[in-house]
Amino acid sequence: MRIDKEDLPVPDPEVTAANRAQNAIERGDFLRKAAMLAAGTCSLAVGAAATVSRREAPARVPAQPDGADLDNPLERMRRELERALRKPMEERKWVMVIDRQKCIGCKACTVSCAVENDLPPGVVYRPVTEDEVGQFPHVRRVFLPRPCMQCEKPPCTPVCPVTATYRRPDGVVVVDYDICIGCRYCLNACPYNARTADFGEFFTEPAGREAAGLVGEPATAYEHRATFEYGKSRRREHGKERSPMGNARKCHFCLHRVENGMLPACVATCLGGATLFGDYGDPASLVHELVGSTRVTRLKEDLGTEPSVFYLA
Amino acid sequence: MKPLGRKIAWGVWLALAAFGTWGVYLRMTTGHRLANYGSYFPWGLWVAVYVYFSGMSAGIFLLSMFVAVFRIRPLARLVRPGLFISAIALLVALLSISFDLGHMFRAPEVFLRPNFHSVMTLMAWLYAAYFPIILVALWLDLRGDPSLHAQRDDASGGQAREPARQRGERCLRCIGWLGIPLAVVFSSGLGGLFATLPAKPYWYQSLYPVLFLVGALLSGSALMLAVVSAGQRFQDEEGVRLRRILVRIVLGLLAFDIIIESAEILVPMWYAVGPEYHLYRTILFGRFAVLFWVVHVLFGIAVPLVLLIAKPCCRWAAAAAGILIAATFLAVRLILILPGEITPEIKGLREAYADPRLSFSYVPSTFEWAVVAFLIALGWAVFVLGNRTRLFRDAGTVPDKA
Repeated sequence: MRIDKEDLPVPDPEVTAANRAQNAIERGDFLRKAAMLAAGTCSLAVGAAATVSRREAPARVPAQPDGADLDNPLERMRRELERALRKPMEERKWVMVIDRQKCIGCKACTVSCAVENDLPPGVVYRPVTEDEVGQFPHVRRVFLPRPCMQCEKPPCTPVCPVTATYRRPDGVVVVDYDICIGCRYCLNACPYNARTADFGEFFTEPAGREAAGLVGEPATAYEHRATFEYGKSRRREHGKERSPMGNARKCHFCLHRVENGMLPACVATCLGGATLFGDYGDPASLVHELVGSTRVTRLKEDLGTEPSVFYLA
Repeated sequence: MKPLGRKIAWGVWLALAAFGTWGVYLRMTTGHRLANYGSYFPWGLWVAVYVYFSGMSAGIFLLSMFVAVFRIRPLARLVRPGLFISAIALLVALLSISFDLGHMFRAPEVFLRPNFHSVMTLMAWLYAAYFPIILVALWLDLRGDPSLHAQRDDASGGQAREPARQRGERCLRCIGWLGIPLAVVFSSGLGGLFATLPAKPYWYQSLYPVLFLVGALLSGSALMLAVVSAGQRFQDEEGVRLRRILVRIVLGLLAFDIIIESAEILVPMWYAVGPEYHLYRTILFGRFAVLFWVVHVLFGIAVPLVLLIAKPCCRWAAAAAGILIAATFLAVRLILILPGEITPEIKGLREAYADPRLSFSYVPSTFEWAVVAFLIALGWAVFVLGNRTRLFRDAGTVPDKA
């Protein structure tokens, strides 16, 4: 059946105005109720999270020497970081704990890491893998952020022909960009694919520009700004094969931030609070508590590499 | 060589040289940007070419030094061309791996701040010892060359010739005793480069060093068979005898290589379980199938076997078989290296971050082949230049056993 425009009833202007007013009141009421509901949900979620956190904590939590706020993990980790930095490097042991139940797979850590270190195309320090477990209707998605494992027995360091990569006393495996010859042996030696090579590419190069959708001066300037990995200012420039171009690159727990009292970029930006960082040499630290959890696992334990990244299953 | 053949050879060489020069220019101006390997597939064609030529160099050197040290008279004419080709192959191999480095001009760091725990460092130091040994052996072999002393013989009535020649032979044997273990260690050490990495189950096997050693000997002997069969100066009675012995050596090594390769494939595949099973399925029936069955098995094993068994006395059959085995051995090196990199270490890594450099598949780019063309053109040019000089003349320096 065809309905012409003329067949439709013409709305009464007075009735329409009254309806609008009524709708406005209802919308306002709805928004207020929705806001209250959201606030309530958030409170419940925070309460539940706090309950879970308390449940995971050991029965007797060591007192925080500087009275840090135990309920705010970020604040607590910052205080612990400051405390750790007052110790000699040999007495610190940086570890990372990743709670897979809290990870929502938003990849904010991947992006913040790339921005913090100005990572070029093809270089990634912290990808997040996704997997689907089970079958419908009992199915869920699980995420696995994969930074460098900073192994206690790293398979990547003994293969380096020029001692350009080594493990520091605080447990972080680093690369000396000024020595690395770019043989990529360490890339093959890493059982976690945690190393990538800088092939000297730019997102804003003509070849990559179209694919990346990046044009204009701001994008180019972004790629050429100085970065501060390992505490040294470096610029990547077109046509100049200067380090870190041509080098092996890897996650270094944002040492340049950590040594200046800041948490690694991935920890500071984790939306779900799933990534935690601290000094395992400090028995009062949050990471020390969590590593004692029964949920703790490490990747490829059978290889005996003793990773410093722990996952809470 | 006939004029037509010469023209074709020149044409092929010029094409390779032009294509290769373009590749090297791009390598020097754009770095690695045009190469297809990446972070998850770090070693590609250039590493395979390095292993191929390096192994070939060791194989030829071993063959030549065995002849010199153990005074195998029928093979004596192999020594000098063998040493010369061995040096060229090593030069090409080292150039190939230097093009693969992210910072090729930092290569001397391996000697300035070495990490002797690394197999790569040991290899670099072995090369540093091995290359001078080839050159010294070549010089000693030249010293014992009767033609070198001909003029002095005329003047002194032949008295000046013998002591110098005997001294040269003695020194060559001493160098051989030093060089043989060195070449054995470094050709099997090439396998050790891969076999010592627990992160890669495909590479992490004790058989690899043996496989690389046998492969080195086979590819080196096959190339020498091709040189001896095709070379005009080896067509006298002694040369024909030399060719027949080489045919037997190549057949024996080929049989040994088939046994080892069969063990390498059959053992992990037997019960159709385990981490390597799927990798070998990919090699046999997946993306490496053409490389394995057509290039390696058909042209690298089956056709040469038929040629060498059916026509053992035919010069051209031997030359074709030698060239086929030696040339297609690059496929063996590719099959030994590339499949080790196709499996993500962590499930889901392939999809976690999209970038062409973060791929677990690899096909060499035109640019990479261009650089290889340059290396082949360079090696060929040095070979031809050497062939026109005294270096390639028949020496016959190995005396009868006392």
